[in-house]
Amino acid sequence: MDLDKNKPGTAPARRRYVTTRRLDRIFVELAKVYRFNARFFREVWFPPYEFKEIIKQCYEIGVRSLPLISLTGFIIGIVFTNQSRPSLADFGATSLLPALISVAIIRAIGPLVTALIAAGRVGSAIGAELGSMRVTEQIDAMEVSATNPFKFLVVSRVLASTLMIPALTMFTTLVSLLGGYLNVHQNELTSLSVFFYQVFDAITFLDIVASSVKSVIFGFTIGMVGCYKGYNSSKGTEGVGKAANSSVVTAMFLIFIEELLIMQVINAIRAF
Amino acid sequence: MEAKEINPNIDRNEKVISIRGLKKAFDDFEVLKGVDLDLYKGENLVVLGRSGTGKSVLIKIISGLLYGDEGSVNVLGQDVGELKPRDLDALRLKIGFSFQNSALYDSMTVRENLAFPLVRHAKNMGEQEREDLILYVLEAVGLSQAINQMPSELSGGQRKRIGIARTLILKPDIMLYDEPTAGLDPITCIEINNLINEVQRRFNTSSIIITHDLTCARAVGDRVVMLLDGQFQREGTFEEVFDSNDERVQSFYNYNFID
Ligand SMILES: Nc1ncnc2c1ncn2[C@@H]1O[C@H](COP(=O)(O)OP(=O)(O)OP(=O)(O)O)[C@@H](O)[C@H]1O
Ligand SMILES: [Mg+2]
Repeated sequence: MDLDKNKPGTAPARRRYVTTRRLDRIFVELAKVYRFNARFFREVWFPPYEFKEIIKQCYEIGVRSLPLISLTGFIIGIVFTNQSRPSLADFGATSLLPALISVAIIRAIGPLVTALIAAGRVGSAIGAELGSMRVTEQIDAMEVSATNPFKFLVVSRVLASTLMIPALTMFTTLVSLLGGYLNVHQNELTSLSVFFYQVFDAITFLDIVASSVKSVIFGFTIGMVGCYKGYNSSKGTEGVGKAANSSVVTAMFLIFIEELLIMQVINAIRAF
Repeated sequence: MEAKEINPNIDRNEKVISIRGLKKAFDDFEVLKGVDLDLYKGENLVVLGRSGTGKSVLIKIISGLLYGDEGSVNVLGQDVGELKPRDLDALRLKIGFSFQNSALYDSMTVRENLAFPLVRHAKNMGEQEREDLILYVLEAVGLSQAINQMPSELSGGQRKRIGIARTLILKPDIMLYDEPTAGLDPITCIEINNLINEVQRRFNTSSIIITHDLTCARAVGDRVVMLLDGQFQREGTFEEVFDSNDERVQSFYNYNFID
């Protein structure tokens, strides 16, 4: 038992110590994150380019996530449309449904849902894979065979995820709109051409650019967080689980923050 | 197990590794406290020591995976701590590092594991030539049939041998074996010991073999050193090292060895 605990003055002192330690740790972590990102931007330009690995990762991230993400998008399209109908019906404005769906899905739901699902699926996979490679010394093995593991593992994954998440987002958005169309068609008997005419009428070029930029940033975030957590995973099997888990949590958290910030910027531009 | 005949090809005038006064601490925990070590050309040097004495840390410093706090580490005439990344990579190509847990790339087949260093460092090598070389090293470790398997489908001993094959494929001048026989059955141990000696003969490499398996030490070592309390305290042939009244040395022997 810690007898010192009962001495007067000890507890606050210790608490202060703990707080500074914690602050230290946060700054050290931030510096590490900065260095990791800086290294990515330094190394991405120069050969050797690991094209084969990039393509493999694009396949892993893009194609393998397609079924889950499109299913989710489709269902969200239907459900969202169905749930929005009553409020519009109150005003007798169900003819505005396609426009509403369009704005909601293209501006917000498409990119966000894709990113969140990818954070869960792709982020955790990258975190766990690199984490276990770190733990079993495969990353060290690459390094001693004079191969740059950062380039082979990190650069390829971050690039693949930055490329594939926007592509997935586009696909999800389309499938979502299709889900919405099915629901509208069933209830309001709107034709496909009329539906999509209204959909594209409701959005602007800025919306599409904004969504694309957003999904590029989300993709980068997911790849980067997964790689950072995995690459710096602590030793032991426990480290792998932690890396996978915190990849997802951190990526989702950052995605929400980015979503909020980007929304503010876009609104400012729109108002301008 | 017979003691090894000392390799007649050792060149005592040529040091491939020379370490002086190497110290390494993790936070407050001093692991290496002034290590001196020479490895001569063509020699198999066994490093003995209990678990956690810093044997793995030592060879990680030699290959530039970790850095020492003090002292000099000279490998093939170059100071490892001072090298630029590009020069360090060039040096690493001459060092084969066989990891304690093999460290095979899980996501690749045995063939891809072996091709991994070749694709990057022997770029002008033709497809056929590469395949031949892969088959050659696989044959050298006696696992030709495993070429299309995934690492997860191999046993611990097989993984170890593939790990050794992967480091051999670039024909290194120096081999670093981290506990090549740990966790293997006695017969596989003997196979691995023979493999280490075979590598020394066939490729004329100089090696550091880390182990706490005395059978292995006796079978492969031309010279044995013992790491105790962060320093090399005993040095010589196997018999010389254990010809000591030091309790730590004796307990190491008695615990390990009944013959
Ligand atoms: N990266 C690291 N960070 C902190 N401590 C470390 C690190 N690597 C090794 N150590 C510590 O250094 C000590 C020596 O480790 P090392 O792996 O060299 O032991 P070893 O002699 O190889 O033992 P074993 O026979 O069990 O493999 C251990 O106590 C370990 O906790
Ligand atoms: Mg070790």
